[in-house]
Amino acid sequence: MTKLVKSIREVIELCGLKDGMTVSFHHHLRNGDHVLNLVMAEIAELGLKDIFVNASSLFDVHTPLGEHIKNHVVTGIGADYISAGLGRAISRGIMEKPVEFRTHGGRPADMARGSSPVDVAFVAAPTADPMGNCTGKIGKSACGSLGYAFADAMYAKKVVVITDNLVPYPLEGFSISEDFVDYVVQVDAIGDPKGIVSGTTRITRDPVGLVMAETAARVIDASGLLTDGFSFQTGAGGATLAAAKFLKEIMLKKGVKGSFGLGGITAYLVDMLRAGCFERLLDVQCFDLDAVESLRTDPRHQEISAMHYASPVAKSAAVNSLDVVLLGATEIDCDFNVNVHTDSQGSIMGGSGGHSDTAAGAKLSMIIAPMFRARLPIITDRVTCISTPGKDVDVLVTQGGIAVNPRRADLRDRLLDAGLNVVDIRELKEKTERITGTPRALPRGDRVVAKVISRDGDVLDEIYSIPEMK
Amino acid sequence: MNVIKRASSGTMESSDVYVEIEPAQSGLEILLESVVKKQFGEEIERTVREVLSEEGVESASVRVVDRGALECVIRARVETAVRRGRGEA
Repeated sequence: MTKLVKSIREVIELCGLKDGMTVSFHHHLRNGDHVLNLVMAEIAELGLKDIFVNASSLFDVHTPLGEHIKNHVVTGIGADYISAGLGRAISRGIMEKPVEFRTHGGRPADMARGSSPVDVAFVAAPTADPMGNCTGKIGKSACGSLGYAFADAMYAKKVVVITDNLVPYPLEGFSISEDFVDYVVQVDAIGDPKGIVSGTTRITRDPVGLVMAETAARVIDASGLLTDGFSFQTGAGGATLAAAKFLKEIMLKKGVKGSFGLGGITAYLVDMLRAGCFERLLDVQCFDLDAVESLRTDPRHQEISAMHYASPVAKSAAVNSLDVVLLGATEIDCDFNVNVHTDSQGSIMGGSGGHSDTAAGAKLSMIIAPMFRARLPIITDRVTCISTPGKDVDVLVTQGGIAVNPRRADLRDRLLDAGLNVVDIRELKEKTERITGTPRALPRGDRVVAKVISRDGDVLDEIYSIPEMK
Repeated sequence: MNVIKRASSGTMESSDVYVEIEPAQSGLEILLESVVKKQFGEEIERTVREVLSEEGVESASVRVVDRGALECVIRARVETAVRRGRGEA
């Protein structure tokens, strides 16, 4: 038998894709991804309509989707994260049906539950063999982990592997195995390596960011969790990366031997692994080339699937063994609900990703955010959109003080004992507004443009359109 | 005292404000662009008018491009633009 098919167009026909069906994509090639655009262009050429696109994330490289939406080729979108360019178009109302936002754990969970079925999954594979065994660790478009694509391969009715590096069977060290794969297509380039690592952030040099980062590390130190066996995840934002650097210094000074670093893996976590801060890295997505190289060469650095990472219906997921996660926020309210979906103008520019999965799973979930950005206070009466519910958020670190969720009186007492500047979140809000003034509430549009679906499968919140600027 | 020449202050960096001032025939003309216009537009215009009034500027054309500056920053930038416009700085 052969699974090799000459073109994307032919494979779409072989899969029997029809109007109204669902196709899926994963985002490890990030803003360098070519596969989604290549496939959707062929789907449009074939005259198909009413397609639902289920992507683990969408980046600005995917703005051609806007045309497919206008032409009714695409009428539904599901994603865990949508970057600002495409997000703005959605916030202005180009879709008739609301976008479905899920989390990195909720997306595979809904596929497993059957509530989010996929007809054809397209797996962008930096290296594959003719039977579909594939990996992201090698090849000219190497992206490292293929974590989010496992669920697509396991649950879609048809699975297509698209690669630009076809190697003889059987591929050594495959991630996704041939038993899930129907077809393999070779193309010139699945992505642009420059865009694959485009989202990488460097450690902040902003003094406010450094103050927050150092405070965050001190909070972890005072939390009682920083003992041998410690586990940790951090986002790729400048301040959270700086916090990882301060944390590393504390761990080395105290001789703490952690167990694992989790999540989207950056050079900074690789550095902590090599310095002996952790025994393992569990990697659902590589953020930079150092992480790709480490995953390829260091057996302590292991690829995991999105289910293993964060699925609430998995028999267990790594987030449930996590001690501390550092996360960002565009807004947080006095009930500790966090928004990471919309910007200060109410326009979509992100999404939960693993935010609410890790917040729910970790023993200590910490938000690091400045008191205000460009005059707009971070703490609001009510967030524009609930991305992560306040019950899962333990502490907010700002440059003006540390606010502890009242549910965590134990943590508050530990931080006070350590001499840290603990303040009530309402006082912190008032203190901020004495500096910035009190912003007028934004008018919101009259249409629901997106639904935020919690990791448990319920609608957590709705995002409204933004009214046109005068 | 009114300005005698065109002058500017500030930058287009986030959290800063860029202010341009030039002499005008009569009255104050204020053109405001701001990333936080919906939230703080009226406050920003009031701050600009207050500083102009404190400085005794009765007629001028002022362009304010705000990138989310705090009130103290707006005050400092407007005052600097005015003084430069008078040839004082």
